[in-house]
Amino acid sequence: MAHGPQPGLSRWLYTTNHKDIGTMYLWFSFAMFLLGGCMALVIRAELFEPGLQIVQPEFFNQMTTMHGLIMVFGAVMPAFVGLANWMIPMMIGAPDMALPRMNNWSFWILPFAFAMLVSTLFMDGGAPNFGWTFYAPLSTEYAPPSVTFFIFAIHIMGASSIMGAINIIATILNMRAPGMTLMKMPLFVWTWLITAYLLIAVMPVLAGVVTMMLMDIHFGTSFFSAAGGGDPVLFQHVFWFFGHPEVYIMILPAFGIVSAIIPTFARKPLFGYSSMVYATASIAFLSFIVWAHHMFTVGMPIAGELFFMYATMLIAVPTGVKVFNWVTTMFRGSMTFETPMLFAVAFVILFTIGGFSGLMLSIAPADFQYHDTYFVVAHFHYVLVPGAIFSITAAVYYWLPKWTGNMYNETMGKVHFWLSFIGLNVTFFPMHFVGLAGMPRRIPDYALQFADFNQIASVGAFLFGASQLVFLFNVIRTIQGGKKATDEVWENPEGLEWTVASPAPYHTFSTPPAVR
Amino acid sequence: MTWSENAKVTAKLLTLAVSMLVFAIFVMPPLYDAFCEITGLNGKTGTKYEAVPAAVDRERLVTVQFVASNNENMPWAFRPSVVSVKVHPGEAMDTVFLADNPTGKLMVGQAIPSVVPFKAAQYFHKTECFCFNQQTLAAGESAELPLRFIIDPDLPASVNTITLSYTLFDVTERVSVNREFDNNNTGSEREG
Repeated sequence: MAHGPQPGLSRWLYTTNHKDIGTMYLWFSFAMFLLGGCMALVIRAELFEPGLQIVQPEFFNQMTTMHGLIMVFGAVMPAFVGLANWMIPMMIGAPDMALPRMNNWSFWILPFAFAMLVSTLFMDGGAPNFGWTFYAPLSTEYAPPSVTFFIFAIHIMGASSIMGAINIIATILNMRAPGMTLMKMPLFVWTWLITAYLLIAVMPVLAGVVTMMLMDIHFGTSFFSAAGGGDPVLFQHVFWFFGHPEVYIMILPAFGIVSAIIPTFARKPLFGYSSMVYATASIAFLSFIVWAHHMFTVGMPIAGELFFMYATMLIAVPTGVKVFNWVTTMFRGSMTFETPMLFAVAFVILFTIGGFSGLMLSIAPADFQYHDTYFVVAHFHYVLVPGAIFSITAAVYYWLPKWTGNMYNETMGKVHFWLSFIGLNVTFFPMHFVGLAGMPRRIPDYALQFADFNQIASVGAFLFGASQLVFLFNVIRTIQGGKKATDEVWENPEGLEWTVASPAPYHTFSTPPAVR
Repeated sequence: MTWSENAKVTAKLLTLAVSMLVFAIFVMPPLYDAFCEITGLNGKTGTKYEAVPAAVDRERLVTVQFVASNNENMPWAFRPSVVSVKVHPGEAMDTVFLADNPTGKLMVGQAIPSVVPFKAAQYFHKTECFCFNQQTLAAGESAELPLRFIIDPDLPASVNTITLSYTLFDVTERVSVNREFDNNNTGSEREG
């Protein structure tokens, strides 16, 4: 290659290399995952027993808010962008991302955004305490002064995501190797292409809603203030118009990852490739017309309740297509269960459980019972933890030998998987029961009858949290050395990324590969 | 794979992003207001209604209940003079709400109306309402706040009772000092 990486710190500051930037995104996201995880453990420690033991309610509220914000915007989204940076150019036979300098910028503004967000914890009045959904007027009239820092942090994160998305779309549309037609692209590339469009469509809406908050707080407008003729319910509509596509932003790339891993370890091509593409596009479209299912209890006309109920249930159809395709891919395959496959299979099973509780929540009349209870918490953690987090973990195990040139420790990987799998279910499964029994979310104290299940959940949370340290240790050991990986790494995997050497050279596909 | 192709894609996508921002800030709120006005969603009632001569439906009596409440930290005493009236659709009805400022300072209040059931909101016409203006009360001052309304004869037959609720907000800080003293009781014309 013409030249390698620069030595020292300037390599990371000035880099325009997609692999360097991908690596930085992944490490940043892991740091945020640990930080957000520690906040979750504060929550679970407080909820271990009824009554107030460890933290005050005000701080508890800050923890639930910051945990949500950091996990969504700091852990899950940057991890997927990092994987996209690493893998998309290698999967489509491109030498780098289309807009490498913007790529550098979109990463490097993120640490500043999160430094700003986390610094609110040390401010007078404390950090944002209004929940990650920051409903007005909690986030406007009754917000702590630090809300302004929160608003600008969201602006920066939004700018970063939009730039990342533009870069990914430009790369996929303009940089594919000759012969790599759209319908030959790996599903991870397809799902990211659609995700990037979702990001560009809804991150500006998020920026808009926080801007309206800013105006209400500092410039005397009344978008969300009833006293001035505004309506707080408008906030919820605008927020969830962003928020629902956002949850698919956090899951569509996961679908792509699982669609790459399962065929490799089932030793069969992916079943129903084109139906996977169309299902992804259908989910993306439907995500724009279901937002009010988060707000069934605000007082909607019956026609609205019915529309949003049926539209939401409709999403089960393309999602079902995907689940059946993964199951059919495994059916009568020669399956082996290396760590990435374990995480991918757990993804299919547990994500489906989360999907089913989502179907329960979509039933408008029943939702009045579930609304704002721990059942909702159980639901979205079942889709986000085994959905987004497990798929990201699976992706790291799957591609780590390609990135580092070394095999990870399989035993340690399996220990990580089983501890995570058990910890996750012990944490989140009991939440279904306390939620159905009426335990509200976002409270530091609860009625005595919920104590047993909460103790179980707290034990599970600490197990899950601790098992991530096994993961960290395994990854560091793999980077340092270990058994050399072959170029193919796995047995006959599909995709251009396996045709380059392990570890992947600093520059790949400087001349486009031939695509059959 | 040339620079201009990337620039073209970037320009298109940036335009999309900017137009979504404009959509969120400048289109969604008015759209929501219009939607609420048409459907009666969120119980907001319309602006000042110009009475049109209409036959009074003597056959039918609709109960209208009045509810008055204060938003957080609003110290005024605020209540309806009667809690409920029976009215024929098409007939104009007058009532007053009573407000009293017990504090030692001049304050400005704004009442925000809401009607349930929502489907009745668009049939509840106010020809005169204190909620169209901000109310200024000096220290210790009290006032009778007038309301005149007409129930539209087209009110769906399933509605027998309408509840009109006012929430009183303290807007003293919102109102600029000049306006507060110049135009007593004639704050800006607003939707109510």
